[in-house]
Amino acid sequence: MSNEYLKGVNDAIPIILGYLPIGFAFGVLATEQGLTVKDILLMSLFVYAGSAQFIASAMFSSGAAVWSTIATTFLVNLRHLLMSASLAPYVKHIKSYLLAFISYGITDETFAVSSTAVGQQTVSAKYFAGLHITSQGSWIVSTVLGGILGNLIPNPAQWGIDFALSAMFIGLLLMQIKAKKDIVVAFCAAGLSLITALSVKGNWNVMIAAILAAAIGVMTEQWSKKFSS
Amino acid sequence: MEQKVLLMIIGMSIVTYLPRMIPLVILSKFNIPPLWMKWLNYIPVAVLSALLAPILLISDGKLALSLDNKPLLASIPCFLVAAKTKNLFLTVLVGIVSMFLLKLM
Repeated sequence: MSNEYLKGVNDAIPIILGYLPIGFAFGVLATEQGLTVKDILLMSLFVYAGSAQFIASAMFSSGAAVWSTIATTFLVNLRHLLMSASLAPYVKHIKSYLLAFISYGITDETFAVSSTAVGQQTVSAKYFAGLHITSQGSWIVSTVLGGILGNLIPNPAQWGIDFALSAMFIGLLLMQIKAKKDIVVAFCAAGLSLITALSVKGNWNVMIAAILAAAIGVMTEQWSKKFSS
Repeated sequence: MEQKVLLMIIGMSIVTYLPRMIPLVILSKFNIPPLWMKWLNYIPVAVLSALLAPILLISDGKLALSLDNKPLLASIPCFLVAAKTKNLFLTVLVGIVSMFLLKLM
């Protein structure tokens, strides 16, 4: 096994720690909401998107129409479009068919890790393979385990594991902040996301806030250059 | 019933995969203009912050800036540990323990 692959596996360790409790919680909830262990396995294998899986399972149990669950999933996961686009300039050396595989494993968590990695050095397809396969593997294992053992643990949220994902976002966010400009963008994104979430129906807040906040970041950068020169 | 679930999973897979795949495969073939590169470089920070803010600050569809807001309280030690150590594992652990303790109170 190559070093690059192992580096990817190693970088996936914090993701595994985040996924285990969340995946387990999803498995428990989904079973309660009427999904079978096989459904959970298929979902984690083919959809592989935490928040969308939680939402879909809840919609399924409330008897929502299939198309509306699919439409909601699309909206919730549209943010991957931005992540995928932001990785694109750094993977020009990787062949298209490999990129088609790699893209399958882009999640909030793997993106936060790989977008940090591509900023430090040239990242190979093997690195992505190590990172993505390990991450998804742990997601599948934890969700299926939750589905199997779910009824043994009546209320997983009381152990605080429901906060693991948020804690992970906090860690990943602070790892991304390298300059004052990043802090400005972070606050703009947070504010815009709150305003959108409170005033617009659907799951548009992440998309709208990220697009605008990144644009504000570019504008402040351009202005500060103009004034300092 | 089982067919409905399978249809749902197949549909979800397709609408989740396409937005992940299309930009990575297509945009990697082009040289993106510098201004757009700058914009793309801000996306990670912007996305993470936009994901996080409503989790910590909105509860039951309303802004929740009170001491009853457990996620907000639990986030404080997380931010401190993350800023100090930049260690993802430690941050997640501190988050889980803080939330557990808050729920005991």
